[in-house]
Amino acid sequence: MTVAHNSPSGSNVRGLTRRGLLARAMAAGATFVVGSGFVAARDAAWAVETTTLKPATMATLIQMARDIYPHDRIADRYYAIAVKGYDTAEKAQMVEEGITGLNLVAKAQGFDDYLSAGWEKDRVTMLRMIEHTPFFQTVRAGLVTGLYNQKEIWPVFGYEGESFSHGGYIERGFNDIDWL
Amino acid sequence: MADNVAKFEHDDASVVVVVGTGAGGGVLANELAQRGIKVVALEAGGRYLPEDYINDEWDSFAQLSWGDMRTTSGDWRIARDFANLPAWIVKAVGGTSIHWAGASLRFQEHEFRALSTYGRVDGANLLDWPITLSDLEPYYDLAEKKLGVTRTNDWPGLPGNNNYLVLEKGAKAAGYSKVSTGRMAINSVDNDDRMACQQTGFCFQGCKWGAKWSAAYTDIPRGEATGNLEVRDHCHATRIEHDDDGKVTGVRYIDKDGTEQLQRARIVAVAGNSIESPRLLLASASERYPDGLANSSGQVGRNYMRHTTGSVYAIFERPVRMWRGTTMAGIVQDEAHHDPSRGFVGGYELETLSLGVPFMAAFMDPGGWGREFTSALDSYENMAGMWIVGEDLPQETNRITLNPGEKDRFGLPVANVHYDDHPNDIAMRSHAYAAGERIYRAAGATRVLPTPPYPSTHNLGTNRMSENPRDGVVNKWGQSHDIPNLFVSDGSVFTTSAAENPTLTIVALAIRQAEHIAAEMEKGTL
Repeated sequence: MTVAHNSPSGSNVRGLTRRGLLARAMAAGATFVVGSGFVAARDAAWAVETTTLKPATMATLIQMARDIYPHDRIADRYYAIAVKGYDTAEKAQMVEEGITGLNLVAKAQGFDDYLSAGWEKDRVTMLRMIEHTPFFQTVRAGLVTGLYNQKEIWPVFGYEGESFSHGGYIERGFNDIDWL
Repeated sequence: MADNVAKFEHDDASVVVVVGTGAGGGVLANELAQRGIKVVALEAGGRYLPEDYINDEWDSFAQLSWGDMRTTSGDWRIARDFANLPAWIVKAVGGTSIHWAGASLRFQEHEFRALSTYGRVDGANLLDWPITLSDLEPYYDLAEKKLGVTRTNDWPGLPGNNNYLVLEKGAKAAGYSKVSTGRMAINSVDNDDRMACQQTGFCFQGCKWGAKWSAAYTDIPRGEATGNLEVRDHCHATRIEHDDDGKVTGVRYIDKDGTEQLQRARIVAVAGNSIESPRLLLASASERYPDGLANSSGQVGRNYMRHTTGSVYAIFERPVRMWRGTTMAGIVQDEAHHDPSRGFVGGYELETLSLGVPFMAAFMDPGGWGREFTSALDSYENMAGMWIVGEDLPQETNRITLNPGEKDRFGLPVANVHYDDHPNDIAMRSHAYAAGERIYRAAGATRVLPTPPYPSTHNLGTNRMSENPRDGVVNKWGQSHDIPNLFVSDGSVFTTSAAENPTLTIVALAIRQAEHIAAEMEKGTL
């Protein structure tokens, strides 16, 4: 599976045009465009092609990832990158069963499915009900590295990563705190 | 590597074989080589130098860490959060001296007399060391010179970074006075052919400037330069052999090609850390020594200590940027003394610490998720952090055993690490969390995060020193009570853990042991 980012010109995502994506969309969740073999952002800024997982499963998984580690200043595509590794023959069954289970919990809570719950609070209630399952624990543990080890999101936290290539902070503010 | 590196034959029975090349084994190997003694050092890991170190937490972890399978049991939270990673230590030439933060504190006088000072404590297996502070002081002097410890020998202290300045402000406002940038084996000025600290951070990932002392680029190459030391990397010791008289004769190991080798030896010194050293002694069981080598006391693997630890991170209104500069940038020592009126015996240090975003996500609240978790990380830039390191008590049941149910890639049983917190450990940790919170609140913290212990970086006590052979594994020289030509040369010889970071004491003991071995060899008694 690949996660394609839109080019700056905005028209082409790995051969999937914005118009094409939206035209091919079969089922739209609250957040994503779910098409045949792909999940895309509503603005088509990114798309995830799926080869094994159902696109709706991938869309739910991306939302679940955000609900586990919600950072409002981190875009969906980083959550998509963090879970794209589950789209393999080896892992698909575990994920399909896990998401099916999550949607059953959603139905019992009075929603059509997990993605239909509009408030994070309601979705988190469902996640609390499955948090001791191997499926939840696998997804959560995988996110710790899959999400937070993406260097692209470090600036959101203010984290600067390595400094050796800049000569360290000896002359770049290691002791620049000014509010104490 | 030096040009004239020695190469010894496998059947050369005149060499001393040192297993492990960290702060204990690496220093011992060099100190023996400097005295003209032939040494073969076996190192399970590879050879990495400053230019190889990676300033990225997970990539560095993959490069340097001892990641071989281990198992855990007991009520410590590590067994739940990191069931197969009880310790965060290094597998490389230079060992955990690549990873250590550099804090170099001498033990306090009373800490060598834990049983006499604290009295009997239920559930604890306390014992006095067979040596005193005054026995070790001359070797602390040598170790501080070797490591270039700041605030000794007229070397100035390091400048304080932002994380330190927050700690200092809060600690003084909270009434503490012993607050400083500490004694660190990190150059504050150019020294010993190594440059001064550039405040780069990533001290745990190996210092790319070489400003922090590590055996990897000091003692190891200097030992090799004598022509008396051969370091064999990627060589995993599997068994120590002995003769009919019970004396050890050599070490079996798997070399970098996967071939089993036997290096004969006059003396064997085990320095593989407090998990692997007892594992090797236990795995060397024979008809003569059915419970493993040096284990007539039954104490091999027991009394495992890992310090009472935990961290306190706190969030402030405005940015701190704790990751900039020295990781362990400062210390509060006001709680390091023994004062049972606090509800526990022994004491603890508070030392600044920072983790990058990837490790903060992994270690801040393992298993945690949701807004409580992510809202803390969202304020990462405004965080300050400190680490608790305090004396934990030896317990016989906290121990390293061989786990026959799990095999490593050589088919050998892995080590199981069992640890239950002693009530004293819990009382101390609670006290330290409260102290940390008080410090950060006094500096204006808006939120405080009492963070659970990480996989153990200080692993101690599993081959402990004792006066009486009944009580421990080695004598005051680190020589096993049972087998005169078998030594232990790492933190596993610690009788008790004391409150201080262990490396300086490991180095001091290794220098002292080298002097003793050389003298005994000279006399013909070894």
